[in-house]
Amino acid sequence: MNITENTEAQRLSFWERLYLPEIVRGLSITLRQMFKPKFTRQYPEERWEPLGSYRGRPVLVLDEDGERCVACGLCSRVCPALAIEVQAGETEREKERYPVKFEINMLRCIYCGFCEEVCPEEAIVMSKDYELVFEEREAAILDKEQLLVPIAQLQDRLEFLRRYK
Amino acid sequence: MPVITIDGQRLEVPAGKTIIEAAYENGLQIPHFCWHPALSVAGNCRMCLVEVGFPKRRSDGSPELDERGEPVIAYLPKLQIACATPVADGMVVRTKSPRAVAAQEAVMEFLLINHPLDCPICDEAGQCKLQEYAFRYSRGFSRFDEEKVHKPKRVVWGPNVIFDGERCILCSRCIRFANEVARQPVLTFVERNDHVTIELAPGAEFDNPYSMNVIELCPVGALTSRDFRFRARVWEMSFTDSICPGCARGCNIKIGVRNNEILRLEPRRNLHVNGYWMCDEGRLTQYGFVNTNRVEGALLRTGGTEQGLSWDAAYEEIARALRRYKPNEIMLIGSGRSTNEDLWALAKFARTVLKTPNLDFPRREDPYFEDELLRCRDRNPNTTGALEIGIRPAPGAVTLAQLPEKVRYGQIRLIYVVEEDVAGLSPALARALEEAEMVIVHASNHTETARRAHILLATTTYAELEGTYTNIQRRVQLLRPAVATAERERYQGLQMSRWDKFGAWNDRWTHGPRRRCRQTWQHLQAIARLLGSSWNWRKSEDVFRELSAELPAFAGMTYELLEVYQGIVLGKGRNPDPVPPMRYESHVLKP
Repeated sequence: MNITENTEAQRLSFWERLYLPEIVRGLSITLRQMFKPKFTRQYPEERWEPLGSYRGRPVLVLDEDGERCVACGLCSRVCPALAIEVQAGETEREKERYPVKFEINMLRCIYCGFCEEVCPEEAIVMSKDYELVFEEREAAILDKEQLLVPIAQLQDRLEFLRRYK
Repeated sequence: MPVITIDGQRLEVPAGKTIIEAAYENGLQIPHFCWHPALSVAGNCRMCLVEVGFPKRRSDGSPELDERGEPVIAYLPKLQIACATPVADGMVVRTKSPRAVAAQEAVMEFLLINHPLDCPICDEAGQCKLQEYAFRYSRGFSRFDEEKVHKPKRVVWGPNVIFDGERCILCSRCIRFANEVARQPVLTFVERNDHVTIELAPGAEFDNPYSMNVIELCPVGALTSRDFRFRARVWEMSFTDSICPGCARGCNIKIGVRNNEILRLEPRRNLHVNGYWMCDEGRLTQYGFVNTNRVEGALLRTGGTEQGLSWDAAYEEIARALRRYKPNEIMLIGSGRSTNEDLWALAKFARTVLKTPNLDFPRREDPYFEDELLRCRDRNPNTTGALEIGIRPAPGAVTLAQLPEKVRYGQIRLIYVVEEDVAGLSPALARALEEAEMVIVHASNHTETARRAHILLATTTYAELEGTYTNIQRRVQLLRPAVATAERERYQGLQMSRWDKFGAWNDRWTHGPRRRCRQTWQHLQAIARLLGSSWNWRKSEDVFRELSAELPAFAGMTYELLEVYQGIVLGKGRNPDPVPPMRYESHVLKP
């Protein structure tokens, strides 16, 4: 194909080639938008509350008798990004074991939710927490204390899981 | 020999074997829980039910044929258990026929009725026969919705074993092990019906020296190790084949490692050496020293000050020290815990580099440790190898017993200890080390001897090196590195855990501390080169190749053959004993 056959000048119509009418048209679109309702959020002041289906930072459920996790390690096994480490320990409670150490490397986590799906105790769930900023790599490895969240804050997600999982 | 057919495969089997033995020796699988090749046949789990038949015969004795010319098989009206049915000529066995499959599914459903299904908190999960068979032979759902029977849980049976009655499927393997192998008959079934459980005899404790073997023997997680309990899931560990260094038996073991730390040892089948077992002592005491109290790098002690050195600086320092003394003022002490490779390097170092006749190694004997099953009086794993390689004083040279005296009179001025804790063995030797002008030590741990060293070099433990031990039966057996050091990687492969295969160097939980240490032959080679030799080994296998070329007893052996034949007896390198057939073990599918 000859390159000179399809130049911009050939594709544009006469009015378009005049340039000024097009500028006016563009400005009029902008002007019209200025009087329409705004969708932009004033983020730090104005926060978004995700729905129960949102997959944010994975957290451990803390219910009335303490953590639910039995440190079975299935989340760690299923995690495609090798983000989770669990070390089990023995307890006198009926469930026999509890996590001595539970760490999630948030730099590795891909928010796939497999950990939540595989958990036999409904002990790890995806929270609504999407504000994840770390100043150093070590701080991105969350330990058990940082991961435990009271069950009251996770009702939406647990409800969602009960209904759709 | 009788010819039988299992699932359409014709097998020639010696008379007297049972169907299940015939199947497994030929690589066919029949599901089972209570049968174990090393125990008597109990026949109580009913998992190995198979359909057995014989060719139908006419009245004149000739086989009846169908329209395609195949013999017509008359199957017995009831299914037979493969573990207790001896083979007979012409027998036809079907393990996958609709009736056999229905029986397997029924048995699985029956066993799972009262099994708690607490796999997520069970240590056996991942290597559990019941779990594995639930996938292969069960229907995948349960029709049982009543309350499960509750039985005693977390019952302490002895110092090392803990019992969970609810998980137990009542196969009686542990009872038979206690009666037949450990010879401590303290276990028995009690109660009837679905309340059956296993109990200890009143006042008794399950504390025999082999008690922990019931943990592997148990097809489910009813018996777990008190030492290991909940330390890791099975799939998180990488298992490396190795040899237990606890005594001269050289039991074949698997080393379970996670995060570069040994978490447990378990026996590995070798019917020539340890069968399926190992002793509790070996299992519990032979890994701690790899994980803790380790010497790292090289250390120089002069007049009360300690100074870390680079390897090369340390070798220079040692070479300078060795040049200062006459050959017969130097005493070399080897160890029955070193591998054949390291001992070969040491013997060569003594004979060709230092030219000293003073070379000896201490025996470590414990008559109270000995028993008739596996444990040996000789607590060194490689005494046979050391003697074969020639770690002994030349005629007229200084022996270990004479050492304290010779040091006192100044006839021995430099003591070079290789991987042995001589100071821990006797106070006289400890004093000799203190009195000697110069003490050079290769040590893996901070022992009494390491504390008295003037120059200390860190060496690998048995779990970090590649090498061979020669056991009391003169069998040379191979060890592979199970723990990575700063300089040596492990062998990658399917036996590695997912974390070890895919973890990155900066993941905290996949790459535990790697120690700065080297195998003894590496140290000796570096020093020998400084002293003018031209040794040129690049890996342990090179050392072994030289050793097997020069010592007739080791002739014909290679690492590959040692691995294939599960060890080779000295002198039989060219015609090793065949491995007894049992082709069904994987890490998951235990016998």
